[in-house]
Amino acid sequence: MSTLDIFFQQLVNGLILGSFYSLVALGYSMVYGIIKLLNFAHGDVYMVGSFVGLILLGLLSPFLGAGWAGILVAMIISMILVGLLGVLIQRVAYVPMLSAPRLSILITALAVSMVLYNFVMASTSGEYKAFPVDLGYEGVEFGNVFITYTQIILVSSTAILMTVLHFFISRTMLGKAMRAIAIDQDACRLMGINVTSIIALTFFVGSALACAAGVMAGVYYGSIHFFMGFLIGLKAFTAAVIGGIGSIPGAVLGGLILGLLEAFGTQLPFIGSEWKDVFAFGILILLLLFKPTGLLGKTEIERM
Amino acid sequence: MSDVVLKITDLNAHYGHIHALRGISLEVKSGQIVTLLGANGAGKSTTMKCISGLLKPTGGKIEFMGENIFGKPAHDIVKRGLIHVPEGRRIFKGMTIQENLELGSFTLKDDAERKKRMDHVYELFPVLGERRHRDAGLLSGGEQQMLAMGRALMIGQKLVLLDEPSMGLAPFLVKDIMKVVKRLNEEGITILLVEQNAKMALGVADYGYVVETGEIVMHDEAEVLKNDERIINAYLGE
Repeated sequence: MSTLDIFFQQLVNGLILGSFYSLVALGYSMVYGIIKLLNFAHGDVYMVGSFVGLILLGLLSPFLGAGWAGILVAMIISMILVGLLGVLIQRVAYVPMLSAPRLSILITALAVSMVLYNFVMASTSGEYKAFPVDLGYEGVEFGNVFITYTQIILVSSTAILMTVLHFFISRTMLGKAMRAIAIDQDACRLMGINVTSIIALTFFVGSALACAAGVMAGVYYGSIHFFMGFLIGLKAFTAAVIGGIGSIPGAVLGGLILGLLEAFGTQLPFIGSEWKDVFAFGILILLLLFKPTGLLGKTEIERM
Repeated sequence: MSDVVLKITDLNAHYGHIHALRGISLEVKSGQIVTLLGANGAGKSTTMKCISGLLKPTGGKIEFMGENIFGKPAHDIVKRGLIHVPEGRRIFKGMTIQENLELGSFTLKDDAERKKRMDHVYELFPVLGERRHRDAGLLSGGEQQMLAMGRALMIGQKLVLLDEPSMGLAPFLVKDIMKVVKRLNEEGITILLVEQNAKMALGVADYGYVVETGEIVMHDEAEVLKNDERIINAYLGE
């Protein structure tokens, strides 16, 4: 393979990885934007999403088969279910802590994370579970670069989800209310906006997106595990910080940048793929040192 | 002119152990501009927050259009047509002027009506119309105040609470803002105005209340207050 072929192959790998990071980072960033909570349980919501998808695929495959139709239906249903799980977590664990010191709610998030992965660990006996899909390895060839249909569909699905999210956030009243709540909650109350339900809606959307990423990761990697949320949670957090935490386009950008950097980082001399986590978190440290607001983070301007 | 829009009886509020409001009673009649005067920390903004539901009062009665709204959540009170334009304007910086206005009409389901009200706001404040797609955070202080007031007009209000609309503005802008207050009132909107600038406030108001350390110490027609020696000494200066 020529250098150019390697470049394109890694570009595809980076985009796939980046799509997963972006989808998870969106939920991180949206929740941080409105209640300034680093929701460390978010990676585990992604993991639970993957398992819910697996169960639903098992239930649906006798009727829809193990192809894309089944995956699509399973993904949509699991997004709704996991979205509701997000709302439940918010109601049970976070709402009672909203007026508590910031550190308490952060610890609550860690506790929620442990509850989720321990629950899944206990119910799966800590084993890897194979994702019951059968998609084959067909694809298209560009010279020496081979891209499977699965890869194309996953990246396009992410793009579709993000476009829908973008329209929701920028065009609908509920989306605008979500952005406004990130700016000034009391002012929102004075506009007649029920802040509590908009926060719940944010958790729903964020969790549903993480679930979509979880299902896609299951489809892509073929097997899932109760601890899969831990690392991606940290990576998505890194992605959100790279893009500027609280910024929605920032989360997408940060995820893609991180995915691409990791993919290309494995090609650097002396740095093999086992170093890719070091690479990701090294970038986080550098960014926090030199541009702590992230690439698209906002600095407030006060005017009189 | 005589029907009472807002009636507050013996309102009490606490911040922790601090007794911020000690039995405020006041009345706003339909079509009036009523002003609440007082020094910093007297309890004016606290009274406003209790009325709009941002702060939960600890005792008393608040009746709006004959209905008890005491302790109701803010988003519920807004739907009844009682709008609070808070101190410091609190516009949504980072969103466009148009989006700010749209959020003002969040409770409205009818898009045609929303458009009609927005056109009306742009007619009142042409400067907002010209820049409707610009970031609201880039407006000057006076323009931000106009946006905050315009946003309050998007809801279909019966009573508007204006908290310190002149705060931090140059004197010539204060005059402009007061003209707007007068104009809104002429369009039939009842206004409860909190001001530290007593001269300006009494210039537009029909009736005034004076608040000191959480209590109403004086109230009368604005004309009478303007010529009262105690008011002149304490609030009008010179």
